Amino acid sequence: MAGKDLRIEFTSRVVTAQILPFGFLILIMFGLAIPPELLVVGDARRSVLEEVAPALFWLAVLLSALMALGRAFAVEAHDGNLDALRMAGIDPAGVFLGKALAVTAELVMVEIVLGLGAFVVFDAPLANPVMLAVTIVLATAGVTLAGTLYAALAAGQRARDTLVPLLVLPVLAPVLLGATLATRDALFDEPGVAGWSWTMLLAVFALLYVGVGTLAFGPLLEET
Amino acid sequence: MTISDSSSGAGTEAQDSAPQNAAPDGASTGDSTPANTGSRGTRRLGVAALLATAALLLFGLVLSPPEASQAEAVRLFYLHLPSVAVAYLGFFITMVASIIYLRKGSLFWDLVAGSAAEIGVVFSAFMLISGSLWGRPTWGVYWVWDPRLTSTTVMVVMYIGYLAVRRLELPPEVRSRRAAVLGIVSFLNVIVVRYSVKWWRGVHQGETVGLDTQMDGLQLFSFFVGLVAFMLIFAWMLIHRFRISWLRHEIDEQALAQALAERRAETNATGLLGRKN
Repeated sequence: MAGKDLRIEFTSRVVTAQILPFGFLILIMFGLAIPPELLVVGDARRSVLEEVAPALFWLAVLLSALMALGRAFAVEAHDGNLDALRMAGIDPAGVFLGKALAVTAELVMVEIVLGLGAFVVFDAPLANPVMLAVTIVLATAGVTLAGTLYAALAAGQRARDTLVPLLVLPVLAPVLLGATLATRDALFDEPGVAGWSWTMLLAVFALLYVGVGTLAFGPLLEET
Repeated sequence: MTISDSSSGAGTEAQDSAPQNAAPDGASTGDSTPANTGSRGTRRLGVAALLATAALLLFGLVLSPPEASQAEAVRLFYLHLPSVAVAYLGFFITMVASIIYLRKGSLFWDLVAGSAAEIGVVFSAFMLISGSLWGRPTWGVYWVWDPRLTSTTVMVVMYIGYLAVRRLELPPEVRSRRAAVLGIVSFLNVIVVRYSVKWWRGVHQGETVGLDTQMDGLQLFSFFVGLVAFMLIFAWMLIHRFRISWLRHEIDEQALAQALAERRAETNATGLLGRKN
């Protein structure tokens, strides 16, 4: 399932040609919108942009994720593909996990490129690369697992484009929180921000949605 | 009905009997499902809700004393907290009804879930408005990034999304099943969001909204009156909302049956024409 979606992506290049530039564009727009003044944070002096860089990065990722999720179900929207998958005897849980895995792979790739871009344009330090890597993987898993479930809820009708963000974004509030704070800790290594405990929250969220998604996908795929 | 009336004048063909047969059927279902959503029970409930509201006004505005630190602003509390309780009750009912719907697949529980969520959103909107009006005199601002406020607002947006899913143009069973899944998962999300946001603010500061204010007996009783009044209003609204959804469902069914009958009549007519030619 994941392999199929990744092969579709490999041939169509929607993620590399559209979603990735879109995410980078958002980073640039943030850079334009936010004043370049310096802030005094504790002992350190940072630009406003550097200070809010983790938040901007994750917001850009969330917006890119919405596009990638829409894409994941758009490729199945035609000719009753979801029915065909069901008739092919693929377990609904397999469809769910496969979709989520494919979007995760696409999104991690987007994040690596966006992250490099953010380091360049926002001039951010990196105190703890391991924590950042763990955060990226866990947060992305959470985003795609919950996102896949909600994209499936909105799949297959006209309102999909507007409905997916409305459904997904509030649900992803904990991921945005956890990822932003863990990334802050990974970049600035500030005392008082427990980065690893936020990665724990991200892991719990992702695991929760593995469970919820595999349970819920059966009734969702039925007769859709 | 009007279609069958107008066509009966010109009705010479046998197919006209189909809509006319449908009309008495419609009338007989009209007896079992009333033309308005009131009944003796809901009228009594409505009167009880009105009386309780009057009692709330009396206790909340006249009899209960102003509070020491908040002065008159404390009176908003008698509206705010009951609306919180009722909003959560509505979302809880939605979850329970969604679980039962997924097990039984009955339209009844689907409509209950939708009705309860709708009323829950109304009351949570009221909760946010009354809360911010209360916050202005007590904290000096309409809004603080407090865990309770933040997570509640996220919750309201989630249930607005739930209502949006209920309005999707899908086959009814598919839509109901999706709504039921969402109704269950949303309640789970309320808990997750609540704790993560609490933890987030817990890192920086304690909860700003504390209900540590000491209330005397009469204030507590006024709040209790408010709770009873809001519960009655909620029950009254839920029953009516459910009946409206039910009637709408019936209308859709009848419209479908009528459209089917008309198509059938059409094909009969063209069939007859074809035979004549």
